[in-house]
Amino acid sequence: MRMTRFREKLENDEDSKGSSSGGGGGGGGGGGTAMRIIVPLQGVVQGRGGLILGSVIPCALFYFLQLYIRRNRSSSSSSSSPPSPSQPSGLPRSSSNLFSRLSTGPVYISSRASTIAKSDDNPYYVGLKKVTEDPYDALNNPDGVIQLGLAENKLSLNLVRDWMAENMKDSIIGAKGGGDLNIHGIATYQPFDGLMEFKVAVAGFMSQVMEGSVSFNPSLMILTSGATPALEILSFCLADPGNAFLVPSPYYPGFDRDLKWRTGVELIPVPCRSTDNFSLSVTALDRAFNQAKKRGLKVRGVLISNPSNPVGNMMSSETLYDLLDFAREKNIHIISDEIFAGSTHGDQEFVSIAKVLESDDFDRSRIHIIYGLSKDLSLPGSRVGVIYSFNENVLAAAKKLARFSSISAPTQHLLISMLSDTRFIREYVETNKKRIRRMYLAFVEGLKQLGIECMQSSGGFYCWANMSGLIRSYSEKGELELWDKLLNIAKINVTPGSSCHCIEPGWFRCCFTTLTENDIPVVMERIRKISETCKS
Amino acid sequence: MAIAIDIEIEKPSVGLSRVAVSDTHGEDSPYFEGWKVYDENPYDEVRNPLGVIQMGLAENQVSFDLIEEYLEQHPEASATWGNGTSSFKENALFQDYHGLKTFRKAMASFMEQIRGERAKFDPDRIVLTAGATAANELLTFILANPGDALLVPTPYYPGFDRDLRWRTGVKIIPVHCNSSNDFQVTPQALEEAYNQALAMNIKVRGLLITNPSNPLGTLIQRSVLEEILEFVTRKNIHLVSDEIYSGSVFSSSEFTSIAEILESQKYRNAERVHIVYSLSKDLGLPGFRVGMIYSYNDQVVTTARRMSSFSLVSSQTQNFLASMLSDTKFTKNYIKINRQRLRKRYEMIIEGLRKAGIECLKGNGGLFCWMNLSPFLEKPTREGELGLWNSILHEVKLNISPGSSCYCSEPGWFRVCFANMSEQTLEVALKRIHDFMEKRKTDQRNHLSY
Repeated sequence: MRMTRFREKLENDEDSKGSSSGGGGGGGGGGGTAMRIIVPLQGVVQGRGGLILGSVIPCALFYFLQLYIRRNRSSSSSSSSPPSPSQPSGLPRSSSNLFSRLSTGPVYISSRASTIAKSDDNPYYVGLKKVTEDPYDALNNPDGVIQLGLAENKLSLNLVRDWMAENMKDSIIGAKGGGDLNIHGIATYQPFDGLMEFKVAVAGFMSQVMEGSVSFNPSLMILTSGATPALEILSFCLADPGNAFLVPSPYYPGFDRDLKWRTGVELIPVPCRSTDNFSLSVTALDRAFNQAKKRGLKVRGVLISNPSNPVGNMMSSETLYDLLDFAREKNIHIISDEIFAGSTHGDQEFVSIAKVLESDDFDRSRIHIIYGLSKDLSLPGSRVGVIYSFNENVLAAAKKLARFSSISAPTQHLLISMLSDTRFIREYVETNKKRIRRMYLAFVEGLKQLGIECMQSSGGFYCWANMSGLIRSYSEKGELELWDKLLNIAKINVTPGSSCHCIEPGWFRCCFTTLTENDIPVVMERIRKISETCKS
Repeated sequence: MAIAIDIEIEKPSVGLSRVAVSDTHGEDSPYFEGWKVYDENPYDEVRNPLGVIQMGLAENQVSFDLIEEYLEQHPEASATWGNGTSSFKENALFQDYHGLKTFRKAMASFMEQIRGERAKFDPDRIVLTAGATAANELLTFILANPGDALLVPTPYYPGFDRDLRWRTGVKIIPVHCNSSNDFQVTPQALEEAYNQALAMNIKVRGLLITNPSNPLGTLIQRSVLEEILEFVTRKNIHLVSDEIYSGSVFSSSEFTSIAEILESQKYRNAERVHIVYSLSKDLGLPGFRVGMIYSYNDQVVTTARRMSSFSLVSSQTQNFLASMLSDTKFTKNYIKINRQRLRKRYEMIIEGLRKAGIECLKGNGGLFCWMNLSPFLEKPTREGELGLWNSILHEVKLNISPGSSCYCSEPGWFRVCFANMSEQTLEVALKRIHDFMEKRKTDQRNHLSY
């Protein structure tokens, strides 16, 4: 997530002073500081001999106590005043009485919140922050940090924008508005899991991006404000706190947040290896399942991402069949995150788990698909995610839970029109895939020239690059040292494999869809400089 | 002769979580039952004049025309993708959980106007969520652990059972209020509830008040707010003030927001206070899914912001509303007229009910009134109330909300919404009630004469 410069400067302050989880913020301002120093000293000045000692010692203690408290207070409330210098009436910190603060102590924050409040040291987030502070711009900031750590696609935005300009009055009412403004229809309460019309449009879109290989039933869909809540809601439905999901690694760092934060669910990484091209091994799954069982952890399901993030490879039908057999044998769920299904660029055909289900008599009630419009349609701002499930109990529960994460009605109306324009969508998907392919080839070639090989991949916005040749010690530490050099010296933000729970050090995810073709040589040059220092 | 017997072995069905199978969402209560009956037979002036009239949905439809007028006069405001190339890109890609600064500024300004500029709001303390439902749940996740409790004065909005408890695992301990003092919260009631929790070994983490109150439609007096603030400070717990109806107060001068009290106290102890707001009620835009948490606690702001990833508002919606809400001429006018219209509706329904022999609690805000049918219950019990509710739902064909589903300790009270329909529909509803009451009087007279 990008954060505004100002805000995260403050959060840096907070973090650097190591605010503890208990700190409920809100200390006193400097009110009365002077008084607090003078009063004890007065006693010293006015007293005599024994009186001096008698008053100095407690005063000194008192004085140091205040210093200690004031220091701790300011460390937990360094950002107490909101960063709004232009608003003098912005919230001033309370000049509360020291003693009333002491007597009640800081107000409690839940343990769930405390973990979230702590600053995130994960390189994935640190890198994103760095880019926001100093973003590269070919013209205006050529020495800035180049963003290769965010799986965002800017390559085909112009197509979407042009469609908007041609087809809509650009109004919240959408194409149906015409001159007839009727806010009534979109302003009032809507079904929390999305308008049926929108579900129909999204189902059609999903089918289109998967080249018509499979069709989706709108009645099996719950729409949510993004894939992030879709995943969380599904997690709440399938697992109790303390249960676990098996997740083939390397995996998308965001899963650690989306599936664990509030649900209390555990994620067990199931390592994939470069020797297998990082593809899923059911043997490894089985082993992980048994290990979990020994530890007393109840495994509720397997979460796969297909096309994979961060590797970019796709699952074959055979692997999917094996996975289905595994799930049936263990009586667990499968969540298939197919959010990059329409962003494939290779020759390999994408196979959705829905497709595999069609051909056999599998128990569908254990299969759930996550999807969204943020990747394939380049519209993360619209916040559209999908839970697609064959399990009516899951659908019933998710439908109720969707009220916490509903999509804005005007957004739904706008997108209904766009998604229903199948001709546009077909052109968009084709053109987008071509553009991704072109960038992918150019980027991978560029890396190859530097002696850096990438895993063969055919989906997603990134390549999975093996930079182990550049790291000093073949370990996570070595990898992070390289990551740090790349970020702070070369000024490119890439995601290190360790953030993705990759067990082999040296792999990095590099997203190339936020670049233009002219940026590629710039990136390669920067990497080359670093690689030279590494080899020496 | 051997007979082949087919034994069907049931395949073990794959398990779901407790959250998925529990009924903690509380959606089986009469509050939601009535909606189902309405859905099956909804009133329509023309097409279904004998259908059920929905008086159980607190939605504000009285001021749509003002928004439509604004849109007509400001077509550029509805350029929700932003003007120009770069802003299209920014908006399309924007998923920053800080939310658009312009939008937060506009929200802060709107909230200040609603409170007659008696309190200031800092846009950087605003965390946007997809509706107040998400805001309340989010705050609960942050302020309490599973098994902890929040104190909530009764009667309260039935949705709290779901919003505060379902996924969070947090409990609600009711703070009982009664009609002897117009259902106001008292320090004794607060202490009693708190001690009850202590006795059950449950940690109380906060108090959630709704001001203006749902379902009562009343405002919390300044002195009571001060008592509440003193109580939460003494117990070192949080205070959540759900002020989503603050713009629907009939007379601005009567409403005191907790923000005003904090400001007058120079924000002493403010770090335990959080305000929930939304545009669903005051602006009549529930479909837009715009809510927010305003917190005086930095850590809560930071955490809530990160957690709001599960509940972001679409960038176009933020854009669109930013321009509309920054237009102070529009908002001042809207707030004023909306108030007037709600007041008129309120007076209309009170008068209509009075003519039918029904009294209501004196209300000063909200989209509903709190009707007293206790004199007409067969038995002064929950069953009596539900019996009457059933008759009203199925015979009179009005969906109103029984007080028991709001955990009211006294049977016979009902919440009746009046802003989600046209004036004509309201007239029809009042006539039906009138006729129903007349019929009861006649029946009773006949009964007595035997």
